[in-house]
Amino acid sequence: MWIYEKKLEYPVRVSSTNPALAKNIITQYGGPDGELAASLRYLTQRYSMPIPQAKAILTDIGTEELAHMEIVAALVYNLIKDASIEQIKRAGLDGYYADHDRALYFVNAVGNPWTATYIQSKGDPIADLYEDMAAEQKARATYEYLIQLSDDPDVTDALRFLREREVVHFQRFGEALNLVQDYMDSKKFF
Amino acid sequence: MDGQRLNLLKKIMALEFTALELNLYLDTHPNDQRALAEFNEVSQALLLAKKDYEAYYGPLLNYGFSPSHNAWRWVEEPWPWEISF
Ligand SMILES: [Fe+2]
Repeated sequence: MWIYEKKLEYPVRVSSTNPALAKNIITQYGGPDGELAASLRYLTQRYSMPIPQAKAILTDIGTEELAHMEIVAALVYNLIKDASIEQIKRAGLDGYYADHDRALYFVNAVGNPWTATYIQSKGDPIADLYEDMAAEQKARATYEYLIQLSDDPDVTDALRFLREREVVHFQRFGEALNLVQDYMDSKKFF
Repeated sequence: MDGQRLNLLKKIMALEFTALELNLYLDTHPNDQRALAEFNEVSQALLLAKKDYEAYYGPLLNYGFSPSHNAWRWVEEPWPWEISF
């Protein structure tokens, strides 16, 4: 069960209409290391976790990633909602416009749609938690590239928050991995 | 959105973020009594701040977790992505 809360996890503000920036940031909505992939990966891996702490952390981080998806959506929405056709064309967002107008859709920065092949659910908790730690590092790196590309200080502020969260998630997954490893050693699993 | 409402909302965001951080930490350190005490303290403050906000500006949560006394205020705008902070 999930409950919706009518608020963002972090306040989103954009300085001005900027479809060129939106075109890059949308990769954290529907790209390979984006928030949809992160959320679905964790929420589907939790079922095969052997210890309660790992089930909890995957549930809670998977839920927080949904809140991050909403922050990214709020950024993209506000960056393109008032864009003129001329601005959209100049930003190279005309292909996206042809399919989606100014609506939100799950694509990466070059327009490829989201795919389940971005994620894995291996059934082996060690393999899954290593994947999750790698996923957090890839998301952190993506936010750093986006911060380099951003020419809007308000957008950069939200990107910094999201980058910081990936660092914390990496830490928590590492702790969960240690707990799972201890558990498996104690069971003499193989 | 007026300044008073925005300030109350930001206060809730800050409290809830603190609770979220402690929640994730406690998931992998469930026996840390100090973190648990801090979590319960923040959780209490968050509950009060939400009650305060909802009395003036309507429900923050759906499905029965927030009351809606005289009118169905859940449908009211702005939705979170429409607020300018
Ligand atoms: Fe994350």
